[in-house]
Amino acid sequence: MPEFLYAAAALVLLLTGLGLMRMLWGPSPADRLMAAQLLGTGGGAIALLIAIASGTMAIIDIALTLALLAAFAAVALTLGEPGTKTRAGEGEQ
Amino acid sequence: MSVVLDAFTVITVTAGLVFFLAGTVGLLRFPDALTRLHALTKADNLGLGLIVLGLLPQCPDITSALKLIAIWVLVQFAGASASQLIAQFVRRNEPGP
Amino acid sequence: MSLLVDLVLVALILMAAVWTVLVRDRRDAVIAFIVLGLLLSLVWMRLYAVDVALTEAAVGGGATGLVLLRACARLLPVEAEGRLPGPGTQIAAGLLSAIAAAGLAAVVLSPPVPYPSLAALAAENIHQVGLGNPVTAVLLAYRSLDTLLEKVVLVLAVIGVWALTPDAFWGGAPGSLKSKHASGALDLLARVLPPFGIVVGIYLVWNGADHPGGTFQGGTVLAAMWLLMMMADLADPPEIRLKRLRRLVVFGPAVFIAAGFAGIFMSGWFLSYPPDYAKPIIVAVEAALALSIAVILGLLVAGPAAEPPKR
Repeated sequence: MPEFLYAAAALVLLLTGLGLMRMLWGPSPADRLMAAQLLGTGGGAIALLIAIASGTMAIIDIALTLALLAAFAAVALTLGEPGTKTRAGEGEQ
Repeated sequence: MSVVLDAFTVITVTAGLVFFLAGTVGLLRFPDALTRLHALTKADNLGLGLIVLGLLPQCPDITSALKLIAIWVLVQFAGASASQLIAQFVRRNEPGP
Repeated sequence: MSLLVDLVLVALILMAAVWTVLVRDRRDAVIAFIVLGLLLSLVWMRLYAVDVALTEAAVGGGATGLVLLRACARLLPVEAEGRLPGPGTQIAAGLLSAIAAAGLAAVVLSPPVPYPSLAALAAENIHQVGLGNPVTAVLLAYRSLDTLLEKVVLVLAVIGVWALTPDAFWGGAPGSLKSKHASGALDLLARVLPPFGIVVGIYLVWNGADHPGGTFQGGTVLAAMWLLMMMADLADPPEIRLKRLRRLVVFGPAVFIAAGFAGIFMSGWFLSYPPDYAKPIIVAVEAALALSIAVILGLLVAGPAAEPPKR
């Protein structure tokens, strides 16, 4: 069974890694962020598969942290948006 | 019994992999940002969900099994919120059809 | 099979790193950097360095992206006014980065043979500390002075950021992190996620004594929850003149230093713990540090004061 789970983890890595092509192509930051989002979910899946396959339960906590912070990049994206106004300066276009 | 559980794991994890494949193919091949987002959420929901489901019988104790389910629920919630935020970003920054 | 995984990981990391440097748009570079952080977390996991992988997941996934995207937002008005750094500054910055990278590469690529290691000696005596997690034991018992200085550096970093405050705003609140575009999804996320995040943050700190986890990982998760509430406009960045806030910033390092001096009386040396009480002391120090780290990281992201203090 561990061999199968390791192979599944490798496949998830390969697939989400291929998804990173979208990070290179874009065209919009949202598209690039989606590639990061997929890698985050895939990273969680890889962590869970390896945790069970190797019997290292502590690795589950990595997936827990990734899951908790999964939406952060999407929230932060609006920060760097032109037109987002900070009180520090006028970001209006 | 353990053979049945192992078979269950193999089938559900493989199904999860199929959804990751679908997510990647959709992300790379779909024509615009919103449809690509649609593909992405399938990997979030079902890809990870099926892998978690498949791993449950392999958990050595109940605590780690509960943690696995908690992780899936968190990813559901974070993924749904993130895709709303990304979609709103797309709508603001790209002239709609 | 594992060789294939390693090769794929290395290829992806190189791609993300090169792309981070090459891509012209700043925001795209930040996204690539977030991806790089995720990949590095997977590498540490692959090496079974779970503590480091947790730190990378928390810092790379949460804090770094926020800091950098906020920096991007701050640069927008500067750029609009055409106040860009001249070619001289740009070349100097590039050269310094290249020198730093070359120096790191030289150190990593030419390790001394045999590699100096105290691991065997440390592992032999680890039971005296009473902690199950060797990483925490080394950080808070063997290398406690390094760890202490590392936390003091964080306090200095806050002072450094605050020092950028214009005179007129001194004592006021940092610029709002609030997104200009109201979003129900963000509001919901910032109301539902923090309770879970706070539990996970405390869990990581508490767990750090015997299993992978620890102050920095837990503190970063707590800081991320605070920042999420700030971005959803559920919490305002605090005014930097507040005494309570400043006490929280120095609380962790102060407890650490106090424990260090107590060591002189209890077992003879600064930062040495009496064997019977080592574990409770370390857990108390870690809890205090996690609180301070959470506040410090939140303040570092919020930045210098951007409005005059309210009277």
